[in-house]
Amino acid sequence: MGVRPVPGNVLEISHLHKAYGQNTVIEDLSLTVREGEVIVIVGPSGCGKSTLLRCINALEGNQGGEVRLHGEPVLKGSKNLPEIRQKIGMVFQNYELFPHMTVLDNIMLAPVKAQGRKKNEVREEALALLKRVGLETKADSFPRQLSGGQKQRTAIVRALCMHPDILLFDEVTAALDPEMVREVLEVILDLANQGKTMLVVTHEMQFARAIADWVVFLDDGRICEEGTPEEFFDHPKTERAKKFLNTFTFERKARQPKTI
Amino acid sequence: MFSEMLVKLWENGIIQMGIWETIYMTVLSSMIAYVIGLPLGVILHITDAEGIYPLRWVNRILGLFVNFFRSIPFIILMVAMLPVAKLIVGVSLGNRAMIVMLVIAASPYVARMVESSLKEVNAGVIEAAQSMGANNFQLVWKVLLPEAKPSLIVGSVISMVTILGYSAMASTIGGTGLGQIAISYGHQRFNPDVTWCCVILTVIIVQVIQEVGTWIAHKTDKRYSGGSAVK
Repeated sequence: MGVRPVPGNVLEISHLHKAYGQNTVIEDLSLTVREGEVIVIVGPSGCGKSTLLRCINALEGNQGGEVRLHGEPVLKGSKNLPEIRQKIGMVFQNYELFPHMTVLDNIMLAPVKAQGRKKNEVREEALALLKRVGLETKADSFPRQLSGGQKQRTAIVRALCMHPDILLFDEVTAALDPEMVREVLEVILDLANQGKTMLVVTHEMQFARAIADWVVFLDDGRICEEGTPEEFFDHPKTERAKKFLNTFTFERKARQPKTI
Repeated sequence: MFSEMLVKLWENGIIQMGIWETIYMTVLSSMIAYVIGLPLGVILHITDAEGIYPLRWVNRILGLFVNFFRSIPFIILMVAMLPVAKLIVGVSLGNRAMIVMLVIAASPYVARMVESSLKEVNAGVIEAAQSMGANNFQLVWKVLLPEAKPSLIVGSVISMVTILGYSAMASTIGGTGLGQIAISYGHQRFNPDVTWCCVILTVIIVQVIQEVGTWIAHKTDKRYSGGSAVK
């Protein structure tokens, strides 16, 4: 309560606490995202990364602390929640496109219906964005006709078309075949270069390193370590982070000469 | 080859009339049952503990109400509801009264059908819509119902066939249609060919409903290759 919004802060998470029954998932977590900043959250599975993102737009309720977007509290069950959510774009691991709508309808639905914007204007923007991610020929296709990478690029455009203040990416390449990962990550990288404010949860460490302004390492629902990508990836301070980063490198013992 | 009765019934247009009455009762009852059952099903779904607008008590009470009517065998429900029919349409006999019975019996059934169709909609898609700031009204109208459409259509076919069966039962207490012809001209007057004629006609009606419904459902389903693909 009473946290004064600092100018330039887009998102403020303070002392967030989230538990399922007895099982604490996020404990006393505070994090601030500034305008134009790209924060990457990494950590072992089950550390609460996804839950954190879901708490930010109140898809999950919390048991303590608060989330503020431009100073406004994001509260599950509050009256203006739909309005605030329109400013928080989210891209999901499994795309979550509407299967019975074309790509264009998927993108246009929320801007037209929820934001009440003009159809023509939204269509133009949607087509322009589709073109930018290389999907201009897919506007009238249905999701089932797309590859995983194309679906995820559509989902990103769908989130972008809402003109969100911040974009949340929840392991958006985890369900993709390796060769499709790149096409999606390049789109996200492009967005970062345009100065979009983003919070990215990912398992792609090289990508994390390339895109992040700030890396947050989450373990057991707490921020275990944070820093610039150089600090975190090259000189991790905590044992836990070192151990985590080691899981991404492989070494083979020198081969023993075969003895017969 | 045919009994005199069957020939006479056909020549006097009784059977043709029976076909029409059966279709008329089935279609009209189904439509009214959906007007009542569809919102009931939607409310049951969204007020569920896992739904988009959990309301424990509304869900409980509505669920009990639906279960109550669903658990009474139709033939007993019909007799019990005669006074209600009289209250609503002024008579407790004939097709108008039967339509009231059919609607009372079918609406809770339809509600459950609708509820189960809505349950099939992927929860992730609903969350995606929520995350884009859809309010509950938009969630239901723009996402939940459109995404459940093929399943809702399949459900409506099943409901219609059930209602058709009910309408035949209604003939035992004063309804008309193929069921009544089978019972009073076929069964009670020992003309098995009349009964069989009605059976075959009913089977044909059911087949037509089923085929048309399945075709429409297939057309609206965009998830698999069946739907009208855009080139």
